[in-house]
Amino acid sequence: MQKNMKLNGKIWLITNNNNLINDIDTDMIFHNRYLAITDINQMGQYAFDNLNGWKDFAKESEKGDIIIAGKNFGSGSSRQQAVDCFISLGIQAILAESFGAIYKRNAINSGLPILQIKKINLQKFNQREKIVINLVDGSTNSEYLEIEPFSKVQLDIYQSGNLFSYGK
Amino acid sequence: MGKTIVEKIIQSHSDEKVKAGKIVWMKLDIRTARDFGGPNVVKNLEKYYPDERLPDVENILFTFDCVVPAKTIPYANNQQICREFAKKQGIRVFDVDAGIGTHILMEKGFARPGRILVGTDSHFNILGAVGAFGQGMGDQDIAFTFCTGKTWFEVPETIKINLKGRFTFPTTGKDLVLFVLRKLGSKGALGKCIEYYGECLQDLSFAEYITLCSMMTEMGGIVAFPYPNENVTNWLIKRTGENPEFIFADRDAKYCNEIEIDVTDLQPQIACPPKPDNVKEVSRLKCLKVNSVFVGSCTNGRFEDMLQVSEILKGNKVAQGVMLRIVPATKEVYGQMLKEGLIQVLYDAGAIISNPGCGGCASGQIGMTGKREVQISTANRNFLGKQGDGDTYLASPVTAAFAALKGKL
Ligand code: SF4
Repeated sequence: MQKNMKLNGKIWLITNNNNLINDIDTDMIFHNRYLAITDINQMGQYAFDNLNGWKDFAKESEKGDIIIAGKNFGSGSSRQQAVDCFISLGIQAILAESFGAIYKRNAINSGLPILQIKKINLQKFNQREKIVINLVDGSTNSEYLEIEPFSKVQLDIYQSGNLFSYGK
Repeated sequence: MGKTIVEKIIQSHSDEKVKAGKIVWMKLDIRTARDFGGPNVVKNLEKYYPDERLPDVENILFTFDCVVPAKTIPYANNQQICREFAKKQGIRVFDVDAGIGTHILMEKGFARPGRILVGTDSHFNILGAVGAFGQGMGDQDIAFTFCTGKTWFEVPETIKINLKGRFTFPTTGKDLVLFVLRKLGSKGALGKCIEYYGECLQDLSFAEYITLCSMMTEMGGIVAFPYPNENVTNWLIKRTGENPEFIFADRDAKYCNEIEIDVTDLQPQIACPPKPDNVKEVSRLKCLKVNSVFVGSCTNGRFEDMLQVSEILKGNKVAQGVMLRIVPATKEVYGQMLKEGLIQVLYDAGAIISNPGCGGCASGQIGMTGKREVQISTANRNFLGKQGDGDTYLASPVTAAFAALKGKL
C-alpha cells in the first residue's frame, strides 16, 4: 500500500514566550504516573499534560495536526508511550529542531513521521495555520520552513506501517 | 574522506554509503536476549510473527544473567518462557549457571573484531574491548532483529581521546574510566563513540579493557574502542583460534572532538552517590566507614579482578562487621578461581562467594543494602535505590579489597 508522502495539517507551535520550547522530556510528554497504561487508546488524553502551559493540548488538538517543537524533543527515558500518545491522538507528524536519540528510534519504529527542522522563521507562522510538507524531499509550502527529508530507513518503515510489518 | 572505526564496521555490514549522522540498515552477526527483556522479545515475536521459524538460529542466543537462578516466581516463569521458545526454535541457551551474557560472548569467541552484536542489555558496548560493535536495544528492536537479522542505525560520530602519561598500581583501569567519566560527565559522549589512544593502554590487562569499555553507558555513549594491545590480541587468539583482524581508523578519519586527558600518576578514583560521574580521589574520602563491599559485575567480575582482591586479603580477615560479597562474572572465572585457590583464600578471609552472574548489580541476587548502609561496589551504577536504600560508592577491586580489610577507605 502506497502511503501519502505529502502531509497537510494544522500546526501546533509548542512555544513559551514566543520561542519553541527546548528539552521537552518524556516525563513532560507522558508522565511516569501513567506508565501502567498499556492500551494505546487510553494514552492520548495525557499527552503533554505535564508540560507547563500545555495541559489542555490533548483536548484541543485534532486528528491530523502537526506538532512543531524546539531542540532535544523527547529526551529522557525510553518509554514507548511518549510516542504512542501522539499516535493515539492522531497527530500526523512531529517537527522539531532536534530529537532525543531513543525517542527518534521509537518514533521511526512506530511509523510516526518525525522530521528535523533545518530552518524556521517562527514569526511568520500563526498557531493552527495549515501547512503542507513533503516527507520525501523535505519541501514545504512555506519559504520560512525547511525540513530534513526522511532517511531511506524511515521511509521504508513508514510505508510498511511499523517496524514489524516492515520486517514481514 | 577517511573513516572512524565505527563507520568502517557499519560499512562492512551495509549496502548503503556509511557516514556519521546518516541512518542506514546494517546486517547483524549475533542477536541475543537475556532474562530481562527476553520474555518480551518472545511475546513480540509471538504476536507479530506467529508460527514463524526464525532464520539463522545458530547466530541467536539467550543468556540468563540478571536473576540467576530465578529468585521469585515471575522471574522463573519468564525464564521458562524463553527456554520453551528457544527449544521450539532451536536456539542455544546459556542458562542460569553460565554467567554474564556479554562475557560469555567474548569467552566463547562470538564477539570478534569488526562484528556487530546486539542484545537486551544496555552494557552491550562492553564488546568494544575486543573491537566488536555491541549495542543494547529495547525488546521490540531485538524481536525484529531475531526475525530479520538486521537493524537500522544512525551512524554515530566519534570522539578521539588521547591519554597522556602512565600510571601504576594501586591505580587500575577502573580508576582510569572513572577519571574519564569525571572529565566528560554523564552526557559527555551522548550518542557518540570514543576511540582511545595512548601509551598507558599497553599496561592494561584484558580485564581492564572490559572495565574501560563497560562504563561507556554511564557517559551516554554508543561504544568505545581502545587501541588494542598485546593482551587483547592474545586473548582473541586463544578464544577464536585465529589471528585477530582489528579494524583501525583511517589516518584522515573525521572526529567530532579530540581530547587529551593527562593520566600521569593518576590516583585511585571513586564515584560517590548518587551518580556515576560524581567522581573524586579516594584519598579525599579517607576514613569513610564501610559496611559492605561488592566485587563483581560486568565491569569488574573477571579473574584478574578477583586475583587482585585475594592478593590483598590473603592471610587476613575482613574487618569486623564488614560483609564482603564476591560474584564471578562467569562460570569459567569461577572455575579458575577454584583451581587456583582463590576461593579458599577468599573463604578464609570471610567472604560470601556466590554463583556467577550480575550479582548485586541487577536485582539483588546477592543481597541489597539497607538505609544508611555504606557499600563499596566494583559495578558501574550507583543510582539511588539501584542496589538498595544504602549509599553505593563505585571503585576498583583494589580499593574495594582495602576497604573490606580496614572497614573504611
Ligand atoms: S552486571 Fe549489572 S550492568 Fe552489567 S550486565 Fe549485569 S545488570 Fe547490567
